[in-house]
Amino acid sequence: MQAFEYIRASDVASAVALVSGDPKTQYLAGGTTQIDLMLKDGVLEPERLVDITRLPLRGITRDGDVLRVGALATMEELAADAAVAERLPFVREALLAGASTQLRNMATIGGNILQRTRCRYFRDPAVSACNKRAPGSGCAAVSGAARMHAILGASEHCIALHASDLCVPLVALDAVAHIQGPGAQRSVPLTEFYVLPGDRPDVENVLQHGELVTAIEIPLLPAGTRSGYLKVRDRASYEFALTSAAVALAIDGGVIAQARVALGGVGTIPWRVPEAEAVLHGAPVAAQVLQAAADAAIHDPFTLPGTAFKVELAKRTLVRVLETVTGGSA
Amino acid sequence: MSETARGASTEVDFTLRVNGSAQRLRLDSRVTLLDALRDRLELTGTKKGCDQGACGACTVLVDGKRVLSCLTLAAQCDGREVTTIEGLSGDGGLHPVQEAFIRHDGFQCGYCTPGQIMSAVALLAEGRAGSDEEIREFMSGNICRCGAYPNIVAAIRDASGY
Repeated sequence: MQAFEYIRASDVASAVALVSGDPKTQYLAGGTTQIDLMLKDGVLEPERLVDITRLPLRGITRDGDVLRVGALATMEELAADAAVAERLPFVREALLAGASTQLRNMATIGGNILQRTRCRYFRDPAVSACNKRAPGSGCAAVSGAARMHAILGASEHCIALHASDLCVPLVALDAVAHIQGPGAQRSVPLTEFYVLPGDRPDVENVLQHGELVTAIEIPLLPAGTRSGYLKVRDRASYEFALTSAAVALAIDGGVIAQARVALGGVGTIPWRVPEAEAVLHGAPVAAQVLQAAADAAIHDPFTLPGTAFKVELAKRTLVRVLETVTGGSA
Repeated sequence: MSETARGASTEVDFTLRVNGSAQRLRLDSRVTLLDALRDRLELTGTKKGCDQGACGACTVLVDGKRVLSCLTLAAQCDGREVTTIEGLSGDGGLHPVQEAFIRHDGFQCGYCTPGQIMSAVALLAEGRAGSDEEIREFMSGNICRCGAYPNIVAAIRDASGY
């Protein structure tokens, strides 16, 4: 691994100036992705790391029906927040399903939304064909072991999965990332934050080098809204999703008044599903409606022999969590 | 003194507080907390298993919270309070969780045991030992390749007194 200079940032402005002024400088927060990819895998090779963990970007504050989460709040801190337990229960479920307690104590919310793919071909520099690491070099995963890879937003250029659990309910909720650049601040909804890989899988989101995510704003669900997150995986715990689904439903008199739906484990980016929401919206809670929503959720998948099972599994995952969330109202 | 390609120093001066005693260190920025503990401070109770955040053998407490020392840069712990298996019991005896692991034979080869015990101590402090199911879920970041899980759960259940 390449030697690097370590600097602890004293304030946000100087941290942003240090990173944005130098393409070889990167941020360091919880480190569960960054240190792994630098020290262990040798995929990232910055010459300088700017440690931002002591910056005042940690608090979680509620302002009416919006929760403002500092980017350096940890997964464990967000999971323990009273407003999350009360008004965003599926966010709490996704956080607790997302990693071990040790990792949740380290990993930050800003880092979670910016986590890199777990694709083992991306993470192994001995593999030469990776369009995400080396644009134009090809994709070893499409002819490799594809079980843990994406079927939506994928192509022969890249099938790397976005493996965050947290981001699944966050895109369903229309959460917004607040971003500090060298000159200005801006806000980007998470549904517009991620970039589909296309033929440039190295471009993963709209951030310019040096822009710093400072906070995530999460709209709280209206009181009475039901939500759930279901994660299907090869082990009972501490494993990445094969498929997952996050749903939030407002049900009034047996009719679905509002629906928010997103899928995990299947997309190259966290996958909001407006097609399923459209089926559910205004429909009665009925088995055929839930199935129709699931059928609408997956279209034009890019499947390989190793990932074809995910089409049906994702639909069943969505049906199951819809059944759970609507339990007793059909 | 080592330098980056651009001539910047790659060494970091910082204070590591481990098990109640503070030490001033000057280390290469790449040194993880795990390697600093084992190779510089000779605290070899903390184990290096996978060394990439998947097994939990390197679990220590930083400011009272369980973390993975293999994915933590030592320099990031400047001024923080680190507790390792060697510091669990201040009086030279055994911590109640250590005693429970012995009583229930909560190990076989023993390599994962320091991490299991550090994780279990934190789990008890978090109030997450209310049932066997809860213990299993919140200990899932600690892998035991010998498969001593039933006895590990029994030891934690015993130590929790639920």
